[in-house]
Amino acid sequence: MSGPGFSWQRLRAMMFKEFIQMRRDRLTFAMMVGVPMMQLILFGFAINSDPRNLPTAILDRDQGVFSRALIARMGASGYFRVVEPLSDAEAETGLAEGRIQFVLTIPEGFTRNVSRGTHPALLIEADATDPAATSNALSTLTVLADHALDRELTGPLSAWRRPAAPFTLQVHRRYNQEGITQFNVVPGLMGVVLTMTMVIMTALAMTRERERGTMESLLVTPLRPIEVMLGKIIPYVMVGYIQMSLILLAARLIFAVPVMGNIGLLMLASMVFIMANLAVGFTFSTIARNQLQAMQMGFFYFLPNILLSGFMFPFRGMPEWAQAVGEILPLTHFLRIVRGVMLKGNGVGEIVGEVGALGLFMLIVTTIALKRYRQTLD
Amino acid sequence: MNAAIEVHGLTKRFQGRTVVDHLSLTVAQGRIMGFLGPNGSGKTTTMRMLCGLLTPDEGEGRCLDLDIRTQSHAIKRQVGYMTQKFSLYEDLSIRENLDFVARVHGLPDRRLRVEEALERLGLTARRDQLAGELSGGWKQRLALASCLLHKPRLLLLDEPTAGVDPKARREFWEQIHAMAAEGLTVLVTTHYMDEAERCHAIAYIAHGRLLATGSVGEVIARAGLTTFSVTPLHAGTATASLAQRLSGLSGIDLVAPFGSVLHVGGADRDALLKTLIPFRQDDRFLWREDTPTLEDVFIHLMPAVDARPS
Repeated sequence: MSGPGFSWQRLRAMMFKEFIQMRRDRLTFAMMVGVPMMQLILFGFAINSDPRNLPTAILDRDQGVFSRALIARMGASGYFRVVEPLSDAEAETGLAEGRIQFVLTIPEGFTRNVSRGTHPALLIEADATDPAATSNALSTLTVLADHALDRELTGPLSAWRRPAAPFTLQVHRRYNQEGITQFNVVPGLMGVVLTMTMVIMTALAMTRERERGTMESLLVTPLRPIEVMLGKIIPYVMVGYIQMSLILLAARLIFAVPVMGNIGLLMLASMVFIMANLAVGFTFSTIARNQLQAMQMGFFYFLPNILLSGFMFPFRGMPEWAQAVGEILPLTHFLRIVRGVMLKGNGVGEIVGEVGALGLFMLIVTTIALKRYRQTLD
Repeated sequence: MNAAIEVHGLTKRFQGRTVVDHLSLTVAQGRIMGFLGPNGSGKTTTMRMLCGLLTPDEGEGRCLDLDIRTQSHAIKRQVGYMTQKFSLYEDLSIRENLDFVARVHGLPDRRLRVEEALERLGLTARRDQLAGELSGGWKQRLALASCLLHKPRLLLLDEPTAGVDPKARREFWEQIHAMAAEGLTVLVTTHYMDEAERCHAIAYIAHGRLLATGSVGEVIARAGLTTFSVTPLHAGTATASLAQRLSGLSGIDLVAPFGSVLHVGGADRDALLKTLIPFRQDDRFLWREDTPTLEDVFIHLMPAVDARPS
């Protein structure tokens, strides 16, 4: 930047122009609204980290009271859907072909051996290629096995009941009692959608000027870099808020996600996040030579954000280096803010650190963007 | 009064390739300077350096009494630059484009000026049409109107009439001359000889170097060319084979057909005349010495540069 002066009037002129262009570009405009809606439906309805009703084949060689009781309890847990009894070979191919998730083999004489107290072994085989698909069901089964037959073990057999632990464990699943995936995913989506559209839209808006040759005219006007930058960014801040409002509305009406905290606070904190992403997009536009490159850079940035931020996978499950990278990404901090405010009812005190991190990121990227934006064609 | 443009030793290199090579140029206020030269000779780069879009690697100069290195922001306010490619917003309407330029320049009576410009253009009725839908000639008029909106003192026009029909070109030049009469200085690049002849002065550059400058008459006189026009005496005789036999002979720098007439010329008069002796005895052609045209001069200047290894 050189010389004096920042002019509101020039900034307004730039913004006004951007708004008109945005309005004329129907496809892009439709994308701004369409992309969040599509992601919301795909992620919101499709993702479930706690799958139930898993197809389970049971090879019951016992056909006794206890085996039937055990099968009934498993079905009642909701995790297992018992499929028609199959032969050993069919169960084997079923697992191999992925049509069956679990095979439970109940040995002959199971009921008799339980009655005798000889602890017969049951075999549960799982298709564990996707650990996430089986782990919840299996841990439920382990707990269930302890007391599955309590009701049947009456009279003299009651001696075989497993004694209760000398203490009781009370589990409070706070902020998301029923462990509903949507409560986690839908607020997170807000961050994902904003990251994607904000970065790509600004990067495109700037490179378009260069590609169409209008940059040359823009550069010979008295417009300052900061005016061009803000003029490009502010209209998209508004687009960002429209997207946020849409998702918030859908979260409330379609997915019944609770909003425990203050919406106003969330909106305010989001401003920093939106600006940070727009600054990233602007920086990309100073590097990219055409719109295609800008688009590619946008996706390149999008990938680590979606994978390392804790949106897709638990943040604490990542190795330390990945967490360190994740801490740099704005989406990581925004997810903590949005989940904190919506699910936990966080207030200013709890989120101020995360907002600070976003602010720092924004400042650094904005400085880079302004340094790179040249007022000449050199 | 100082000159509107006065630059010395202007040099610009792109990745080691010298695009503009120690160019010095002076344009007096209120003059129209034609800027000529083959494609890629550095005309656009020079213009961009003049209005602050590019920083010269070497050289210095003043534009409207402002330093082109340090005061480019102030220069931009007083210069109208019309780019080679149409560079207004195709997805904005005619009025919106003008309005944007007016706002960015912070013009006080914006609405009025935009209305005036529309009226002058004769586009008041089509003001809400998208600029992208205009034909080439109208785009050129709109582009010119938009770079005149802030009443600049210097106009830089980069091939403003490329692809524009003769009538529109004529109107365009009338407008330029009228404004120059009021004190506007114009630097205009063109490939058309008739346009070069409409300029008060011309500058010819090739490979980034200024090869000739002055009024059209001066440039022609300084080239020191002797030219003949060769007219076939019978309708069926073609000049093509004559042209082939002539080109490359010593003393002949220029062989160029103009319709059925052939222009032959050279800088060394004695050598030319000596070489031509046998040819002039050919009674199928009428040889007549005439004054060289601007185009003859340029065609003569060009190969001298092309021969240089680039």
